[in-house]
Amino acid sequence: MIGFILSRVARAIITLLVTVTLVFVFIRFSGDPAAALAPPDAPQEVIEQYRRALGLDQPFWVQYTGYLGRLIQGDFGYSIHSGRPSLQIFLDRLPATLRLGGTALLISLVCGITLGAVAALNRGRPIDRGVMAFSVFAFAMPNFLFGLVVILVGSLAFQVYLGGQGASSTALGLIAPALTLGLASMGSYARFTRSSLLETINKPFMLAAEARGIPYKRRLIRHALPNAAIPLVTLVGLSLGSLIAGSVVTEQVFAWPGVGQLLVRSVATRDIATVQFLVLAIAATMITANLIVDLLYLVIDPRIRAK
Amino acid sequence: MSDATTYQRPAIPWAVRLALGFIAVFVLFALFGQWLSPHEFRATSLLDRLRPPVGFGGTWDYPLGTDARGRDLLVRLAVGAQITLIVAVVGTLIGAVLGSLLGVLAAARRGFVETVVVGAVDVQASLPIIVVALFVLAMFDSSFTLFLLLIGLTGWEVYARLMRGAVLSAKEQGYVTAVRALGASPYRIYLRHILPNVVSVALVQFTVNMPLTVLLETALSFLGLGVQSPLTSLGQIMSEGRDRLLTAWWLTLFPGVIIFLLALSISLVGDWVRDRFDPTLRSEN
Repeated sequence: MIGFILSRVARAIITLLVTVTLVFVFIRFSGDPAAALAPPDAPQEVIEQYRRALGLDQPFWVQYTGYLGRLIQGDFGYSIHSGRPSLQIFLDRLPATLRLGGTALLISLVCGITLGAVAALNRGRPIDRGVMAFSVFAFAMPNFLFGLVVILVGSLAFQVYLGGQGASSTALGLIAPALTLGLASMGSYARFTRSSLLETINKPFMLAAEARGIPYKRRLIRHALPNAAIPLVTLVGLSLGSLIAGSVVTEQVFAWPGVGQLLVRSVATRDIATVQFLVLAIAATMITANLIVDLLYLVIDPRIRAK
Repeated sequence: MSDATTYQRPAIPWAVRLALGFIAVFVLFALFGQWLSPHEFRATSLLDRLRPPVGFGGTWDYPLGTDARGRDLLVRLAVGAQITLIVAVVGTLIGAVLGSLLGVLAAARRGFVETVVVGAVDVQASLPIIVVALFVLAMFDSSFTLFLLLIGLTGWEVYARLMRGAVLSAKEQGYVTAVRALGASPYRIYLRHILPNVVSVALVQFTVNMPLTVLLETALSFLGLGVQSPLTSLGQIMSEGRDRLLTAWWLTLFPGVIIFLLALSISLVGDWVRDRFDPTLRSEN
């Protein structure tokens, strides 16, 4: 078990290191980093200064180790626009994104699992087909279209404008973008819960439970659901990626002052230092999340612990 | 001539038929839609700005209305559909070929090559493709070729993983040992024997991956970081109409609904293809 944990942690660290290296190599060879990090209209002397300051006259491996060293010390560079540390800008915007992402995850988990379970228990009936149709709909619906439709409906039917800066403080102003962001995941949770539950219901231990005279409800809640939920943990871990990707678009549509909006704005204005930091932060988040999912299996699935 | 023992092909569900129908109409519209309108897709007409569609106060001069520069929406949708179609097909192809090649290579060579490919798959799995695309677009001037290549990266890691697994298990099959014993060269074994047996895995994934390509292209273009004006795509038209959502809804809703129906149709067909040709991946019990 210790070996399992260590190998997972080592793999996560290696993946993160490779990502950092790729980002470094990419920035280093995509052009002159001094010119990229300096303001666009900087005179030649300033660029030279940047070059010396960045150590670009040093050998490649010295630059690389220096880059790693700065990352470890928490020095992620400065935004060319505000001159503030990228880390600080990111931290300013993180709470808004966590609020939106957390709400979206909660909505999609609760609704998705409920829909999937209801569909599985009514297999083949119209309600099952309805849920399956919904999951296909949710997958194909581009979140920018759904978001715009929500804004349109909100302003025409309810006289509230959900796409503006001020809307994020109201309850509806939070739920509308969270629903937009969580829709795709909700569909895949519903689909997955349904197939996982159907598979579990037909396992021999369910028949054994029935034979022991355990009532239907208890069989379902104590025996079927926990077993069906195990693979769902992986799916939630994986869907973090689509949640992050979705928040980039959703925050843009609803003018939500979060990290996704910051990323799009930084790309549009060529704020390389900020973009680079955001990419590393997203990679680190996802690698950590995947590691947690792997380790969570030890807790929830005793069969892995036994190996 | 058919008798009672002939295998009956299961009927194609009506939803899949509808989806195939929509895809056919979409492709025809992308290819020939420009001829439906006398206007040119970049031609502006300041006197005809923001005309509503027919039925909402518009005239047949501009059946679907015009945008803020008086450009005909119908012809812009046709051109946009064309670009979206090209990006979707070419982008999906790039990812399929690249990912499958790497997967086959990893399984065939094992050792160092395999370690590198599996590592690259891990790295890609830790970054959503839209973030990778945004990172690259921040560095380089956006060009159509670069954009196409980036879209092509969508889901390559899935092909690589699937094909590696398929080839590894195919290599263990008796027929491979048999042809090897007959003295077949490695190239012959891979091209003539293993590849035909695993290619269905990639074909199925192709239809599953294509809606994701469509959605990524339109999302990036919607953010203003994909297809750039004067060229246009469905996402780019939406992005231009976004600020006028409440006054000129047709600029966002028409392209949006087309994108949705396209992604929906392709994924319905994709699910059907997967269930039909690859029972091991079946989503339903």
